[in-house]
Amino acid sequence: MAKGLHRLSLERPIYECEDRIVELEGRTTSIDEQEELRRLRRDVVEMKKRIFRELSPWETVEVARHPDRPKTSDYLSLVFDEFVELHGDRSFGDDRAMLTGFAKLDQYKVLVVGHQKGKTLAERQACHFGCAHPEGYRKSMGKMRLAAKFGLPVICLIDTPGAYPGIGAEERGQSLVIADSMFLMATLPVPIVCVVIGEGGSGGALGIGLGDKIAVLEHAYYSVISPEGCAGILWKSADYKAEAAKSLRFRSKDLVEFDVIDSVIEEPLGGAHRDPRQMAVRLKTFLVRTLRELVAKPTNELLATRYTKFRQMGQVLERSPEGLKPSKP
Amino acid sequence: MARGDIKTTSDPDNGDKWPPIAAFSQTAHTTDSESSDTVKKPVSEETAKLKRPARASGKKRGVPEGLWQMCQGCQATIFRKEAEQLLNVCPQCGYHWYVSAADRITQLLDAGTFEEWNAHLEPTDPLGFIDKKPYADRLKAEQKRTGLRDAALTGTGMIRARRVAVGVTDSAFIMGSMGSVVGERLARLIERATLEKLPLIIISASGGGARMHEGILSLMQMAKVSAALALYSRSGGLYISVITNPTMGGVAASFASLGDLIFAEPRALIGFAGPRTIKATIRVELPKGFQTSEFLLEHGFIDRIVDRKDLKSEIARVIDYCRG
Repeated sequence: MAKGLHRLSLERPIYECEDRIVELEGRTTSIDEQEELRRLRRDVVEMKKRIFRELSPWETVEVARHPDRPKTSDYLSLVFDEFVELHGDRSFGDDRAMLTGFAKLDQYKVLVVGHQKGKTLAERQACHFGCAHPEGYRKSMGKMRLAAKFGLPVICLIDTPGAYPGIGAEERGQSLVIADSMFLMATLPVPIVCVVIGEGGSGGALGIGLGDKIAVLEHAYYSVISPEGCAGILWKSADYKAEAAKSLRFRSKDLVEFDVIDSVIEEPLGGAHRDPRQMAVRLKTFLVRTLRELVAKPTNELLATRYTKFRQMGQVLERSPEGLKPSKP
Repeated sequence: MARGDIKTTSDPDNGDKWPPIAAFSQTAHTTDSESSDTVKKPVSEETAKLKRPARASGKKRGVPEGLWQMCQGCQATIFRKEAEQLLNVCPQCGYHWYVSAADRITQLLDAGTFEEWNAHLEPTDPLGFIDKKPYADRLKAEQKRTGLRDAALTGTGMIRARRVAVGVTDSAFIMGSMGSVVGERLARLIERATLEKLPLIIISASGGGARMHEGILSLMQMAKVSAALALYSRSGGLYISVITNPTMGGVAASFASLGDLIFAEPRALIGFAGPRTIKATIRVELPKGFQTSEFLLEHGFIDRIVDRKDLKSEIARVIDYCRG
């Protein structure tokens, strides 16, 4: 139960409690200790509920970045029945930070596109910690065109701190590929479902984030800029990341409030990393339900709805003789 | 240029008429004046005379406000009027200086043909964002300082008698960053250009990318404007993107990169991640000329580098190829 190699400081009371439970369970106990065990088992549930209900914005970022949090590769084996990986952008290389391939989901054949962060240090480095290069977005665009040609719905799993900032990335057109990818996805004639499973970092996330339904896992975040980046620019020091995290309003409940996502997928008690299987079941349920709804729609209607969905995002005021009032396009 | 005229060309007109430039040059002066004195360029007799009274009066160090400006390209101190006559291009090194959105429209369109669209849209503070000061206060201060309501102007006008839809972002307003108003004005511009079958020109000067202060809503403007451009393109519309100094982040990664034709002004800073971010990530010195227009041209991402003085005729010329 209390395995967890990586323990966040916010989880410490939970782990302490669970360690004690394990200790008590492992030996014949006195009546007092049995009473304690019962109490602890009850308390630990309450404690998890409370801690995860009251996560601060910065703590949410920590949970979203938890090393044990299920990644795209975990969901590929837990949610989908089969995965046929397709490599390469046919132009420069095969970006390991972007996984693409055919997959089966219930009765649906789909194309999956997802950021990949890697598990071991070597994998993480090969994936640049989930930061895709231009060839990653070229790869995803190429496979999406393929999906469109053969009528396969596209599922995008978003989990990136941001698109890679480096010399090669700039030389190969990082900004251009992100723009191009949104341009392509805006009119791609198949259903697109996007789920932010961990970090939704800025343009790197949005680069595979334009779809018919957008969902966010409960403790994931989706932001215009990383809290560290924001703190560095506006506070001139990354030490203010917690303040920046608070100001940016990027948690799932904020995203609902601002009308930029369709659904929040609830995480198991204590976060997705405590029970990846349960998380996968919930994700699968969401995906199947959403696909059922989307594949039934005629393409024209699908694309019109997709356009309107993004067209309505934003908040502006309209000046008129009566004064300023909120405007909707 | 007669040097004797210097004292009579003066502050009142640039103070009132061109608030963005005045504000911009002021900051440039205070930071640059010391170094230009000591190192960069031998100072002429007249320049030296002009400077002394200003320093003696104990107010600002450096030259009288707004008359001279240090060129960021060659570090020479340039007589502003001279640069203004060249559309704010340095007469010595050809470096393209800041141009306000309003001036840009004057430079680009036939005189008196601009009609602004959606000027009535105003920014708000959806997040209640606070950094060192509240975003609501920052907006008011920027509006007062620049005379703009937000970082983009959009509308229609004529380029050598060709009607076009035109959008311009202004880097003086919160780094020209795109929040909801910029996104909404551009989306409406693109939709109207689609309906009226107008060629579309967007000139970007947005070092700030997507505006942090409006959070996720700013990020979504990238999707919104890109989606509008996708429909415009499907309808057969011609979009010419003109990238100017500086254009970074979410603006570079959306509409600025989506032109059927992409022009850039010489030596503009253009890129996705800021040079400081890249340096901090990879911990190596960045190559010289990294993320400039010339760098992008070399790597195949822009069609032409166009001098400011030629921009109008170049745009008119390519419109005729595509729509003539």
